[in-house]
Amino acid sequence: MIRITRRAALAGAAAALAAPATIRAQSAPVKVGVILPTSGVLAVPGQASRRGIDLGARMIAEAGGPRMEVIHADTASRPENGRVAAERLIREGCTVLVGAWDSGTTISAAQAAEPARIPLVVNIASAPQITEQGFSMVFRNFTPANVLIRNAVERIREFGQITGELPRTAVLLHVNDTFGTSIAQAVSALWTQLGIPIQIVETLSYAVTARDLSAEVARAKAANPELLMPVTRVNDAILIVREMVRQDFVPKAIIGPGSPGPYEKAFTDAVGRFGDEYMVCVPWHNPRNPRTAEVLQRFAREYPNERFELNVGFSFEAMEIVADAIRRAGSGDPAALHAALRTTDIQDHIMYGGPIRFDEKGQNNNIGGVMLQNQNQEPKVVGPAEVAEARAIYPLTPFRNRR
Amino acid sequence: MDLVAGVIANGVLMGAVYALIAFGLTIIFGVMRVVNFAHGEMVVIGMYAGYFLWAAFDTHPLAAVLPAAALLFLIGYLLQFHLVQHFLARPAHVQFILFIALALVITGAHLVAFGPNPRGIFSLASFEVYRIGGLRLDAVRSQAAAAALLIVALLWAFLRASRLGRAIRAAADNRTGAAVVGIRIRHVYAVTAGIGMACAGAAGALVAPLFDTHPFLAPEFTLIAFITVILGGIGSLPGALLGGLLIGVAEAAAALVLSPSMKSVLSYGLLILVMLARPQGIIGSPEGQR
Repeated sequence: MIRITRRAALAGAAAALAAPATIRAQSAPVKVGVILPTSGVLAVPGQASRRGIDLGARMIAEAGGPRMEVIHADTASRPENGRVAAERLIREGCTVLVGAWDSGTTISAAQAAEPARIPLVVNIASAPQITEQGFSMVFRNFTPANVLIRNAVERIREFGQITGELPRTAVLLHVNDTFGTSIAQAVSALWTQLGIPIQIVETLSYAVTARDLSAEVARAKAANPELLMPVTRVNDAILIVREMVRQDFVPKAIIGPGSPGPYEKAFTDAVGRFGDEYMVCVPWHNPRNPRTAEVLQRFAREYPNERFELNVGFSFEAMEIVADAIRRAGSGDPAALHAALRTTDIQDHIMYGGPIRFDEKGQNNNIGGVMLQNQNQEPKVVGPAEVAEARAIYPLTPFRNRR
Repeated sequence: MDLVAGVIANGVLMGAVYALIAFGLTIIFGVMRVVNFAHGEMVVIGMYAGYFLWAAFDTHPLAAVLPAAALLFLIGYLLQFHLVQHFLARPAHVQFILFIALALVITGAHLVAFGPNPRGIFSLASFEVYRIGGLRLDAVRSQAAAAALLIVALLWAFLRASRLGRAIRAAADNRTGAAVVGIRIRHVYAVTAGIGMACAGAAGALVAPLFDTHPFLAPEFTLIAFITVILGGIGSLPGALLGGLLIGVAEAAAALVLSPSMKSVLSYGLLILVMLARPQGIIGSPEGQR
């Protein structure tokens, strides 16, 4: 007679449960951990990114894509929480991570993903070191600062060809956080190297917490530039425009190289038509791609009071990259997902640029950059010609003629 | 020359607004010896009041000052009477935790109720300027500064001349003595807290057209209020005014002479200097330090 002890019964049960693990993995949803700053000072772009993630997950599910369970973790806009959030999500069984909007948080999350061998798909973060300091788990579908600026400089050069002239002098006015400083450094490094015939007569920086930019704008105005290049977040972009109106500072153009802010709804709501004709050079969705139109329509239906901008777009695309990898890997196993991500090759996607592929450092080098100009309080693509949806207005209409 | 005059004048105007923000903090501390770490959150409540009044009725920004002050007076009175009162005899760190908890609750409530998006008052009035010679003064900021100075003056007169004002000062000077002569301390304290928070609310309504309102502005305002009162002298009303103006002008001067990103270096430097040379603040009395 075979005596079945309780221990043996448990062991048997465990073995029975474990045996078809691979089969079950395909039917059980793959847990996707999403790390974003949905509260704190970065909550606006953080929540915009979350809308992109959620919309992406829903549309993939409806199209019969692989089953995914999205688990969100908020970093409260504190970079050190990137690691905490990543560790928590990994403990909860996530086998792939998406995040984390800002560079500091992304690096901190990557430090947790690396030893756990869990791939991290970066939706947005531009510090070059994210793909330069040897992380093997990171896949970034966003432009690093130097490429962001290279694209911006390219757009500014084309802009001169469209309008027939370029401004001759410029003031660079930038926020002094990690992002603003790395952009400013990239501008000064690439400006002469790429032969832009615009002389930067003054560079001014201000603290990220600045409440009042009247002195900054007064100094920029005193330098009398033909071009103002603000590198901002959204709140400071609003402050700058208000001060420009009050101080009647009208350069020939305002172009923010690589700068967020003016395309956000908070900006156009806050400054109305005074924010029109403000330009930025950023990665953006391709308005001529039919798939983009479909996603934009769906977004407008589900979030009628929000705008589909690059935070939404790149987060949406991050989910498509993850879904594509799960489909090709055939399971949620992190090693299989990592191998699948390495061979990613997505031809038709919504953001402007070439196919999504990752190099050996995990960087997608095919992301394009457009020139946006606010027209009637909506950002419109004005360059390059192959995706332009409107003609650029130049020079800037004086603010006193817009009341 | 216009550049220098314009920037300094703007510094003075901002300074007056800082002074009003700091006023509420200093009056509450001066009377009850509690430090309101949720002060910035009260300012943000005032900002939301200003924003929603504008959004609903398209009112002039100044029209929101009284309703915002009244709302915050009520909040301050009730908070003090029913909650803070029980913490007055507790050690300082317990009070700190209470106010920090309050601050977190208020910010969280703002986030849940209104979301993270900054809400800006967009009216043509917010782009008006007064021209004096070559000088361009921002109209909203000038009105805010003028209103702030008026409120400060009225409050000062109230504390000097009115019966209730004298009772508040009596309670601040000697709590036991005030109670002995029949002053209802609990009520007087609640009124003081109400006045302090009404100042924060009024300041909030005044700055709503200047800064876009969002839940995470609060710590900024708390910090500004602290620097201002420490500079001027804790518990001193003229000190708060002087502190506010000094910070406004110091920031403007730094932006002009040094780099704009060095703004706070000068105001914090000033703070350290004052703390070393005159720990009670420029106008503060040594008792303010207790």
